[in-house]
Amino acid sequence: MRNSFLTVVIFAVVVSATYFYLKSPDIVQTKLEVLKENYSKTRDKKPVDHSKFEVLQKQFSSPQEVVKTCMSCHNEVHKELLDSPHFRWQRPVYENGRGVTYLGKANAINNFCIGVQGSEVSCNKCHASFGEDEAMLAMDGNAENIDCLVCHDNSATYLKGNNMNGYPDKSVDLSLVAKSVGTPTRDNCGVCHFFGGGGNNVKHGDLEKAQFHTTKEIDVHMADNGGNLICIDCHTTENHNIKGRLFTIESSNTNRVSCTDCHTELPHESMVLNEHTVKVACQTCHIPTYAKVNSVNTDWDWSTAGKLDKDGKPFEVEDSLGDHIYKSIKGTFKYARNKKPDYIWFNGTAEHYLLGDKISEKETLLVMNKMNGSYNDEFSQIIPVNIHYTKQPFDPVTRMLIQPKLAALKKGEGAYWQDFDWIKASEKGMEAAGLPFSGKLDWFNTVSYWPINHMVAPKENSLQCVDCHNSENSRLAGLNDFYMPARDKYELVDTLGNLMILLTIAGVLAHGSLRFYFAKKQK
Amino acid sequence: MKEVLIYKGYERFWHWSQAALIIFLAVTGFEVHGSYTFFGYENAVVYHRYAALGLIVLILFTAFWHFITGEWKQYKPTPQFVKEQIEYYLLGIFKNAPHPTKKTVLSKLNPLQKLAYFGLMVVIIPLLVITGILYLFYRMPSAANMNPLNLTNLEPIAILHTIGAYLLVMFVIGHLYLITTGHTIFTNLKAMITGYEEIEEDDDHHKKEEKKV
Repeated sequence: MRNSFLTVVIFAVVVSATYFYLKSPDIVQTKLEVLKENYSKTRDKKPVDHSKFEVLQKQFSSPQEVVKTCMSCHNEVHKELLDSPHFRWQRPVYENGRGVTYLGKANAINNFCIGVQGSEVSCNKCHASFGEDEAMLAMDGNAENIDCLVCHDNSATYLKGNNMNGYPDKSVDLSLVAKSVGTPTRDNCGVCHFFGGGGNNVKHGDLEKAQFHTTKEIDVHMADNGGNLICIDCHTTENHNIKGRLFTIESSNTNRVSCTDCHTELPHESMVLNEHTVKVACQTCHIPTYAKVNSVNTDWDWSTAGKLDKDGKPFEVEDSLGDHIYKSIKGTFKYARNKKPDYIWFNGTAEHYLLGDKISEKETLLVMNKMNGSYNDEFSQIIPVNIHYTKQPFDPVTRMLIQPKLAALKKGEGAYWQDFDWIKASEKGMEAAGLPFSGKLDWFNTVSYWPINHMVAPKENSLQCVDCHNSENSRLAGLNDFYMPARDKYELVDTLGNLMILLTIAGVLAHGSLRFYFAKKQK
Repeated sequence: MKEVLIYKGYERFWHWSQAALIIFLAVTGFEVHGSYTFFGYENAVVYHRYAALGLIVLILFTAFWHFITGEWKQYKPTPQFVKEQIEYYLLGIFKNAPHPTKKTVLSKLNPLQKLAYFGLMVVIIPLLVITGILYLFYRMPSAANMNPLNLTNLEPIAILHTIGAYLLVMFVIGHLYLITTGHTIFTNLKAMITGYEEIEEDDDHHKKEEKKV
């Protein structure tokens, strides 16, 4: 009797201990941490050490000489590059109303520094080539001018010069760089992608220099103390075709990076939450704020540009956070930090305003990248975005947005940043773009939508139900094409319902009081 | 007066578990509706779902019990004595007049109760259960073909469910008051707890009613 009692007790203790051990999230967490650490270690091993190769043991006099040396072994890879969006600045997409077309920086226009045409000397700093001659679209371009180093330098010393047409800065030791080459690191990608729009975090809001080395609070994936992932861990690359799309210059629902490339389709313990993933993208709840370290640009007014100081020189004004609120060369800015995203429906397709498109008379706010989607579209999910407003130059006669020439090496070439003359800059820029300019310039309000995919927060910081399910300040207050419990109420039902309940209570109280009164009276 | 078993064990179990479930569903339901915060939104949703499943199971068992025992006939509404019963609540009750109908084991509900419970069982509860099931299995448009009913809009479901909820709250308030109108204030409550109630011996006044049943 006593033995069997003891057996039962021991059994119960063992079962419950096992149960709690398996169930404890801390244990799961620890295992995952170990996996992550092991993964980071294996990643640092390289199959090839370029510093030992004989052909690289020399002083290089030009970057082209380095590239030629690359091609002495990698003798076919330039064909991939010449056809890649990093070189061509566009790729084939399907877009509603245009069919199969090419889309990219080569023919899109944006509402930051507007566009490349006429300003290549500056813009090519982020083009994977040397020199202006190998124009974008050049499938038969000179392979020696492909800049292998900007992506493959592992010495963290390679740097393209300012206004040098994509050539490396004079300070770069090409020999050192050539011996260091390997797969791209966060530095290689970040040096361009973190600084889009003319400064750190200006464009994206969720991609900035803080992510070179960061903590889990900022970005669980890229954090040194977290997954420590580098860009190409998710943006996996085969034959220089890099996975991932940004719908400011993309329109097809293909070749995208998805959270479910790594995570499961049913990542939550709660099925109620798992069901949400049908209509709510992971990013919506898991990126509660972005621009967490440095600010993101939200508003840009080109029309105020051109004020010069008393010496006739351009100047800049900063706010208390160090963000530019005015630049003579660019106009007036608004910035935001630790921003809550805006939310839109998105089904993986977008439409764009491209160079030369005419703006209809009815338009008052031009959408640069219309992100398609709605509640009733079965492929749509709610995604977080940064919304960027701009007032930018526009030709009221041709009704086209103007592509001004902004950068040049010296005054007198018509570049706005040198001469501060919008008409000349517009003439030069539109000429470079092969488009007409009437000589008249006006301003047009534009908006662009920037999907927020990075800066995923630790799960404890994810949005809670009531962040959206409430009627006062729901994060989804702007998405009104569906009914959402707690956010939405049918006022009439609630008013009448409450009124009827009050009337019932009043009736009951009145009846009860009368009963009480008459009962007393009868006594 | 004699003491008789007027509510059988199952009926009392049904009544009190249903009462508890309905109150719990109202508390969690109005939180889901956004009327206040109490359990926390996610808890309220999950509790509401489990309680709803519990209530559906209870309703199925109870329907079965009523049909097997024939007790369902007690809820069959009859036009007889409805007028008298209304007059009693409006006038007689204040003069300490006798109840117009007599409670017996075979006819324990007065004509107005029959009407009210009939309304509850054919309108309010089905409204809440049907819209509740649709709400529960609503999967947002097409949802990768997970939604067999292909509902495209939660709004009418949610609105009807809310209307049902308000009606049920009104019913419960009325019900809580009307149970105090028995022989004494606590007679009906005690009967629903113990099952036993003292009911009057036959007399002429109620003969007619007795025959009808």
